Amino acid sequence: LTATTFEQVRNIASDIFGVSSEKITAESSPETIENWDSMQHLNLVLAIEEKFGVQLDPEDIEQMKNIGAVAALVDKMQSAAP
Amino acid sequence: MPDPNPNSKTESSSVIALGDRHPFNLRSDVDQLIAKDDRDTALRRLGELWSRDPGSGTASFVISRIEQLREKSGDKLHLAKFKVAILRSFTVEPIVPLLRAEAFAYGIDLKVHVGDFNTYVQDIIDGHGSLYRFSPDAVVLAVRADQAAPELWHNFADLAPDAAQDAAQRVVHSYEQWIGTFRKHSQAALIVHSLEHPALPSLGVLDDQSEAGQSGLIRKVNRELRRIAAGFHGVYTLDYDALVSRHGAEHWHDERKWLTARLPIAAGHLLDMAREWMRFIVPLSGRTAKVLVVDLDNTLWGGVIGEDGMAGIKISAEYPGAAYQALQRTLLDLSRKGILLAICSKNNLDDAMEALETHPGMLVRAKHFAALRINWTDKSQNLREIAQELNVGLDALAFLDDNPFEREQVRAALPEVTVIDLPKNSLEYASAVRNSAVFERLTLSSEDQLRTEMYAAQKERAGAEQNFQSKEDFFRFLEQEAELEPVSELTLARVAQLTQKTNQFNLTTRRYTEPQIAEMAKQPEWNVFSIKVRDRFGDHGLVGVAITHDQTEHCEVDTFLLSCRVIGRTVETALLAHLAESAARRGRKRLVGWFLPTKKNAPARDFYPQHGFEQQESNGTGSMWTLDLPSSTLHSPDWIKLVTAESKSGGKN
Repeated sequence: LTATTFEQVRNIASDIFGVSSEKITAESSPETIENWDSMQHLNLVLAIEEKFGVQLDPEDIEQMKNIGAVAALVDKMQSAAP
Repeated sequence: MPDPNPNSKTESSSVIALGDRHPFNLRSDVDQLIAKDDRDTALRRLGELWSRDPGSGTASFVISRIEQLREKSGDKLHLAKFKVAILRSFTVEPIVPLLRAEAFAYGIDLKVHVGDFNTYVQDIIDGHGSLYRFSPDAVVLAVRADQAAPELWHNFADLAPDAAQDAAQRVVHSYEQWIGTFRKHSQAALIVHSLEHPALPSLGVLDDQSEAGQSGLIRKVNRELRRIAAGFHGVYTLDYDALVSRHGAEHWHDERKWLTARLPIAAGHLLDMAREWMRFIVPLSGRTAKVLVVDLDNTLWGGVIGEDGMAGIKISAEYPGAAYQALQRTLLDLSRKGILLAICSKNNLDDAMEALETHPGMLVRAKHFAALRINWTDKSQNLREIAQELNVGLDALAFLDDNPFEREQVRAALPEVTVIDLPKNSLEYASAVRNSAVFERLTLSSEDQLRTEMYAAQKERAGAEQNFQSKEDFFRFLEQEAELEPVSELTLARVAQLTQKTNQFNLTTRRYTEPQIAEMAKQPEWNVFSIKVRDRFGDHGLVGVAITHDQTEHCEVDTFLLSCRVIGRTVETALLAHLAESAARRGRKRLVGWFLPTKKNAPARDFYPQHGFEQQESNGTGSMWTLDLPSSTLHSPDWIKLVTAESKSGGKN
């Protein structure tokens, strides 16, 4: 399940940041992706919420420091859902 | 059971192949098509991707690829350009890519300007600011109730009844000033968000017991906003509260995003906000459909008439027939807005007509349809014929069919046609049609409401034409009457609409908004005429516009357009002759006019030379023609009765 979540997150990030998905790894972060500024961060959050049907808390959003962390967060939210 | 269409088996297997194409694969398809420079197919695949998987991520992808295509094509994509500015009291930036991707799906290349956060008042007041420098075609004023009416929203419990009324009045007054100031600086369309009602009013259930409660006063503000908007041309209200209610206030709002990012709308509804704006932008940009062409089996009714028979098809007030009645009711609503209905169905004519004329569950009948193509011919061929019969371009057609194969085939063969993606579940058919912005109208003229009947009369006319020896006999028999009137309050909406929508017999294709027409009509050297045409079969209504501009020596025809329904019957000659005569009466020596060719106005190409005009110059955009008035022999054909302001008042000149 983790692999597919990661794949999905990677595809979303590829769309949002305009980077081909092969170039995105779990370690990809604002330091390695040029377009990852605060506005695109918000767009990433919204795209994740919309795609996975979750609502992220401000604390969660702060933890989204790289793509691996985003995928882990989505997994956690989805397994917490009833 | 016999299969009425021997090809349907192979067709349905290709449907499955299409349905299986994963959105992610579509992305790589698009990139390969762009690399191969197959721009049209790339655009179609992008449209398919967007309809299959709309959302923030896809929007970013779609927009970046459209930018690539734009660059490759040298900015010559087949998209209508439109500019919208958003003035706002909340974060709208994440909605912008969704809006642009959605606009692209309607064939619109949308440029968006976003005003600074909460600077909407300065933006409106500053005549030289970035808003007006952007020269928008439309402006959205998206202010939330907490900003527009802070006293009513936050401090309602503190307000004495009189003070609450005053507060409401101040809100109304502010809007009135903003809108009035905006109109002084810009002729663009203005879309004003009205105010949402509080989900939990400050006094609880008590609030609803009085019209002077918190919700009551906000309702009052909204009523006043509607009144103010109606006092201006091109100002419209967007019922924000209805939009929120449609999706459910508790789902629509996201308090966390509001407090952290000033974004009040939940991620899942940002697209709904964009789509609501499109309901205005599509009609403003003229990308509306004039005709809805529907399939019959499993679209207009449930089941297949050729197999299930009259007793077997589902169309009634009960489930499952009720879903189809809901769709039929929707079609009748469209017809009342002036949208023509037509049928394109693979069926035996007799079977289909029996159901159309006699089935007790049917709400629409054959008479509601302006054109019928019930046969076994390819649908794209039938759609071409329908467009021809109704004298509209292919881009005026929308196509409704439950079969994804037919839809894909029409998309591929006729990319200009709007293909509506019907959901699998027939209970959702009606809302799929109601949600499509191509059927939105911002004004409704009496012509719109009568259109279906006018086309019925036209069917008779076409029949009559075939029985005459010569064209002239036919023209005399028609007893045509053309009436020229200066544009008035009553005709302004229709005149502007015609400049926006008429593509074929239109010499200059200059698009004007209502405020622009009103402004021109005020200038003494400009004449704006509306043209009505009647004949023995009925009233065509207001079908033409002529705009002339007097210079010292000559009179220039700025705009000359006629609906295709009336051209080819010499009305155009009568009107041109009238323009020449009245220019001569005003002492002008020449009547001049440009022909500016477009992809669609070939029917108007030879209009000036056919009427004795000489070409004066020609450049990259078009050719200019001139008629020497003193020596002109141009006159109105004697079989047309011309009614003008002068002839009505007994010829004051």
